Amino acid sequence: MEALLDNFWVVLLGKVLIVAGLIPVAGLAVGFAELKLSAKMQNRIGPYFAGGRWGWAQLLADGIKFFQKEDLIPEDADEPVFKFAPALVLLGTVALFVVVPFGPGLIVQDLDIGIFYALAISSISTIGVLMAGWSSANKYSLIGGLRAAGQLIAYELPLVLATVGVVVMAGTMSLDGIVQAQAGWFSETGWTGGMPFVIPQLIGFVIFFIAALAELTRTPFDMPIAESELVMGYLTEYSGFRFLFFFLAEFANMFTLSAIAATLFLGGYWAPFIPDDVLMWAGPIILISKVAVLVFVIIWFRWTFPRFREDQLQTLAWKFLIPLALANIIGTAILKVMI
Amino acid sequence: MTITTDPDVIRHLSEVSVSVEIETADMTLNIGPQHPSTHGVLRLVAKVDGERAYDVQPVIGYMHRGYEKLAEVRTYPQVTALVNRIDWVSGFANEVPFMVAAERLMEIEAPERAQYIRLILSEMARISSHLVFMASYPLELGAATPLFFALRERERVLDLIESVTGGRFHPNFNRIGGVKPAAGSGSTQRKVVQDLPKGFLSETRTAMDEVLHAADQLEDLVAGNEIILARTKRIGVLPPEMAAAYGVSGPNLRASGVRYDIRKTDDYLPYDKFDFEVPVGENGDCWDRWYVRLAEIRESAKIIQQAVDGIPSGPLQAKVPKLIKVPAGETYVAAENPKGEMGYYLVSDGGQGPYRLKIRSASFSNISFLPWILEGALVPDIIAIMGSLDFVLGDVDR
Repeated sequence: MEALLDNFWVVLLGKVLIVAGLIPVAGLAVGFAELKLSAKMQNRIGPYFAGGRWGWAQLLADGIKFFQKEDLIPEDADEPVFKFAPALVLLGTVALFVVVPFGPGLIVQDLDIGIFYALAISSISTIGVLMAGWSSANKYSLIGGLRAAGQLIAYELPLVLATVGVVVMAGTMSLDGIVQAQAGWFSETGWTGGMPFVIPQLIGFVIFFIAALAELTRTPFDMPIAESELVMGYLTEYSGFRFLFFFLAEFANMFTLSAIAATLFLGGYWAPFIPDDVLMWAGPIILISKVAVLVFVIIWFRWTFPRFREDQLQTLAWKFLIPLALANIIGTAILKVMI
Repeated sequence: MTITTDPDVIRHLSEVSVSVEIETADMTLNIGPQHPSTHGVLRLVAKVDGERAYDVQPVIGYMHRGYEKLAEVRTYPQVTALVNRIDWVSGFANEVPFMVAAERLMEIEAPERAQYIRLILSEMARISSHLVFMASYPLELGAATPLFFALRERERVLDLIESVTGGRFHPNFNRIGGVKPAAGSGSTQRKVVQDLPKGFLSETRTAMDEVLHAADQLEDLVAGNEIILARTKRIGVLPPEMAAAYGVSGPNLRASGVRYDIRKTDDYLPYDKFDFEVPVGENGDCWDRWYVRLAEIRESAKIIQQAVDGIPSGPLQAKVPKLIKVPAGETYVAAENPKGEMGYYLVSDGGQGPYRLKIRSASFSNISFLPWILEGALVPDIIAIMGSLDFVLGDVDR
């Protein structure tokens, strides 16, 4: 058994299976939460019959339906690009999942540059979106894809700059290290200096959250899809399981980006008053409950706000968020040196 | 790598220049006829440079049903069924001006109670039409939730219309010289004819309170939202002179600051007996068009409450011959419909049906300035401006 666990390939296979299994589960859970919460906010019941109770199997049924659909590819489409784009979008999500720490040592791969990796890999999805928009041979798709690209450039910067404050405070780029740096609040020996970074880095958290919404292309930044303007944006020509890929990626991405945000700002898998040995198995529960709060807020935004215009989004990013994030970094750095 | 000293080569190299001109072709974007926010089958041919449209041409006619011609080969009672399909979200209000036109030519007048019922139902049609706008406009800006709040209240109003007329959209309830007895009311055995269903007046009173409450809710939900304000304020400004020049009417005209309301200037229904305001906007932008409609919902609810309190008793139908023939002559009757001025130019040659019926529908004029107002607009603004005009394609194409 020991020897088996030391084998690199066995461990790799196990990790791949865990990630591949967790992504759809997380996506389905978030998707179901979206269906039910939106219904609650709009005086509706939402899915009710599928699965017998609360319509819990609604998204499974939808998924099966999508698999049965004809896989349509427009005649003028750039076929290889069109086919590969959904995979690339999902790839970005899966790869992001790898560095999320679910508990002490409960991490697929703890990288020293974890946060750097996470921010870099999360942009890959946008390339997929741009590919989808370009290859569909549809004007609405093209506009949607280009909007997504413009949005990425505008929002990757505040996203990165907002995390710099956290990195400065934690002194490490490893996500597990960042959680450790936040641990220690109200421990038995009293104040130990650590606290969730949302308290000292409130500005950073808000900027990160707004930028993450834009990165997820969720309302109020859902211009790349914008049903009322662009029909379905870059998704217009997709159907069947390729559409399902985008769908799953969107919801799984909500989960993983919320997990990154929870890790960076809300203490990740760590919670006060919980001893380390309990944290081993309670860690995932704590992290997922924090993620649930963030996911709820994202869904809440979606069903409350209308969408911005593309130029208003750029104004918000370049004239407001980026200067604020830079000021936040300077302030953090000065405080770090002084204290 | 060798260094050349040949002067010819050096001179040649110094003169070489690279000239690359990227050709950017403008894109023609077909918005519609099948598009989520063209309210049916309007088609816009937009020439766009990036996201900015420099030339937008609306193409109409996909919904043309030839009502003006159809009316010429129908009898007067049959035309009622046609005209309430012109603007289907406010079906009842379309019937009234046609009936009034025929009545004026016949020199009869509907009894007062019938006029009150017409007025109550017309105002209900206005509320339900404006609530559809309240539902769809935030949706076009990307907010899905106000839809459900508005449509819930609209259902309440439609239920009331249905309880009287038997139809939610196409009441077909007016008769020349009055209105018909309510659907399902009374008993055929006892030969009792009842005009309004039991409890209608009290139910209407409570429903109007609910509508006023919902108007407050909608104002909270939409008007308190910074993004909505950023998307609608100073977007699609329609100056009053321009509005008058294009024949814009209804809330779109009043949003531009022109206090013109046919309910105040004409007597096609006894509006002069009620106390109500004519809300006007200041800037004529998308936001004002939204706000004027919200204010009109409130005013309509107040009118209905007053009418319910003061509805007289009496007959429903004036004395008309069994075979309705309208004396030769012509007249034009316009009404203040939810979408604007709805007018019928009725020419009669003394026969059983109209000789010619010209329908002046509000939406047609209200979208006629689209090429002017959409010039230079961004694609998201095209949708925002188009949505704020609140047109119905049946009303445009007839």
